[in-house]
Amino acid sequence: MSKKVFHAMFNDEEKLMHAAEKLVHDGLRVKDVFSPFPIHGLDPIIGVKRTRLAIASFMYASGGTALALLGMWYFMIHDWPMNIGGKPSFSMIQNLPAFVPVTFEFSVLCGAHGMAITYFLRNGTLPGMPASNPDPRTTDNMFVMEITTDQNHDFSADAIEGMLKEMDLVELSIKDYE
Amino acid sequence: MQREAAIREPLILGNKSYKDITDDVVGPIEGAAPRTWKILVTLTGLVAFYGVGCILYLLGTGIGVWGLNKTVGWAWDITNFVWWVGIGHAGTLISAVLLLFRQKWRMAINRSAEAMTIFAVIMAAIFPGIHMGRIWVGYWVFPLPNQFGSLWVNFNSPLLWDVFAISTYFSVSLVFWYIGLVPDFATIRDRMVKPLPKKIYGILSFGWSGRAKNWTRFEEVSLVLAGIATPLVFSVHSIVSMDFATSVIPGWHTTIFPPYFVSGAVFSGFAMVQTLLLIMRKTMKLESYIHIKHIEYMNIVIIVTGSIVGVAYLTELFISWYSGVEYESYAFINRFSGPYSWAYWIMMTCNVITPQLYWFKKLRRSLTVTFILSIVVNIGMWFERYVIIVTSLHRDYNPSSWGEFHATTIDIGIFIGTLGIFFTLFLLFARFFPVLALNELKSILKSSGENYKKIDNHHH
Repeated sequence: MSKKVFHAMFNDEEKLMHAAEKLVHDGLRVKDVFSPFPIHGLDPIIGVKRTRLAIASFMYASGGTALALLGMWYFMIHDWPMNIGGKPSFSMIQNLPAFVPVTFEFSVLCGAHGMAITYFLRNGTLPGMPASNPDPRTTDNMFVMEITTDQNHDFSADAIEGMLKEMDLVELSIKDYE
Repeated sequence: MQREAAIREPLILGNKSYKDITDDVVGPIEGAAPRTWKILVTLTGLVAFYGVGCILYLLGTGIGVWGLNKTVGWAWDITNFVWWVGIGHAGTLISAVLLLFRQKWRMAINRSAEAMTIFAVIMAAIFPGIHMGRIWVGYWVFPLPNQFGSLWVNFNSPLLWDVFAISTYFSVSLVFWYIGLVPDFATIRDRMVKPLPKKIYGILSFGWSGRAKNWTRFEEVSLVLAGIATPLVFSVHSIVSMDFATSVIPGWHTTIFPPYFVSGAVFSGFAMVQTLLLIMRKTMKLESYIHIKHIEYMNIVIIVTGSIVGVAYLTELFISWYSGVEYESYAFINRFSGPYSWAYWIMMTCNVITPQLYWFKKLRRSLTVTFILSIVVNIGMWFERYVIIVTSLHRDYNPSSWGEFHATTIDIGIFIGTLGIFFTLFLLFARFFPVLALNELKSILKSSGENYKKIDNHHH
C-alpha cells in the first residue's frame, strides 16, 4: 500500500479547529497544521506540546549572570584592581553594586540571544532554508491540515478521504509519498 | 475565540478579510516605487551624504572641528546621542511593554516603531563612536586582554555600563523585530512572482512554513522576549542618565535622573512614532489599520509621560533650592535666567506646556495638531538634553574657567546628517519591508475588526 498525505484546506481557522476536534475525536491523528497566524486553542487538540524555550532562556540568562560576575571579578578584583575614586577595589562583595548594571545587561543579552538561536534551530528556520508549506496560500489566508496514512494505520486511505470530505473545507489534495 | 467589548472602538476599520490585510500591506511592496517616495529618498539621501561627509571630515581632522572647549567638553555630540537613544525607546516599549499588558492596538504600529528604534539606536551609537576621535581603536571599549595598555576597561564607570546597555538593547531589539518579521517575509515570498525578489524574500524568511509547533514557539519567544526586554528598556535610559547622575557636576548629580530620563525617552519616542506614522499611513493608505484611535492612544501616552517630565523639572528646581547646596541652586537659577535661558524656556514650552493641549479630546484626535505637536515635542526633548549638558557644564565651580559653547557647522552638519540617514533608512524600510505585523493583525481581525464586531453585536 502506498503511503498517502492529505492536505485539507480551510478558509477559516475556526472551521479548521472544529474539523480537527471532530477528526481527533474519531481517532484520527492530525500531523500538522499550516496557518498564516497562530491559532489559539489548537495545540491541545492536535497534541502539540508546550515548548520549553522559556526554560532554555532562563538557563542562558543564568549562564550570562555567572559569566558576567566571573569576568568582572577577574578584571576588576583579581587581575588588576584599580583605585577609582576610592571605590573598594579589593573586595568583590563591596564592589558588587557597581557591577549590577553590567550583570543585568549581560544576562539579558545571553538569555535573549540564546533563546533566539535555539528557536531558529529547533524550528529549522535558518537563512536559505527551503519553505515546506504545502500551498503558498497558507501564509496568506488559508489554513491547511496535514494528515498522513503513516500515522493512521487503523484507517484506510479511502476512509480518511471520506472523513475529510465531510468537513467544511475548500480543497482536498491527496499525494503519494515515499 | 476571544471576544471584545462592543463599546471598544474597532482596531481594524472597514470590511477587511485576511486576504485584504495581505493585499494592503504587500501590495505597495510589489508595485513600482511611487514618485513621492523617490523624491523623498533622494532628498534624505543627499542630507545623509552630507552628514557622512561631515563625519569623515571630523575623523580626518579631529574632534577639534566641533565647538567643544575646555569648559564645555560635552555638547551637541552627547545631546544628539541621548536624544536619539531616547527616541529609540518607543519601539521596544510598544512591542514589549504593551504586549505584556495585552494592548492590541500595538499591533498596527509595533513593526514600524521597532524599525524606528533600531535606526535611532544606530544614529545614537554614531556619536560616542566618533567622539572617541580615533574610531579605529573603538574596540578598546570591550574588555580585551590588556596588551593595549596596562588596564582593563573600568566596570565601575557608567560609560562602560552604557556600552553594554546600548549594545544589548540594539541587538535584542533587532532580534525581536526580526523574529516577528520572519513569518511576514514568508507571506511576501509566497506571493512574489518575479524570481529575484522571490529568492531574496525566500532567504529573508528563513524557510518559514507556519507549522503549528512553529507558531507555539513563536508566541512563547515573543512573550519571553517581551518579558526580558521590558526591564531592558527601563535599564537602558537609566544607565544613560547615570552617565550624568554619578558625576559631581551640579545639575547632573541628582537621583531623579533615571525615572525622569526614562519617561522623557518614552515621551520623545512616541512623538517620533507619531511623526513617521502620520506620513506613512497617508502615503501608503493604511488608514484602516492606523486610525484615529491609535493616534489618540499614543497621544495619551505622550501626555502622561510629558507630565511626568514636567513634574521632574519642577522637582529639580525645588530640590536645588531646598537642598541648601549653593552650587546646586546656582546651577538651576543659571538654567532659567543665565545665558542659556532661551534654551530652558524652549524646553519648558515644548515639553511641559504644549502637550497639555492633549487634555482636550478634540485636539488629541486631530491629525494636524498631533503632527505639529509631535515635532514640537522632539524639539523640546532635544533642548532638554542641551540644557542639561551645556548649561550645567558652562559655569563650573571655578568662575575663571567659565565659558560658552558655540556650535560649528560640523556640529550642525553631523546632526542634520543623522536625521538624513535615519529618514533614508526608514524610507527603505517602508518600501521593502512589511510595515504592519501581518500575522498579528490577522489574529485580531475577528475580535477587533469593524465588520466582525458589527456581526457580533447583532447576535447579542
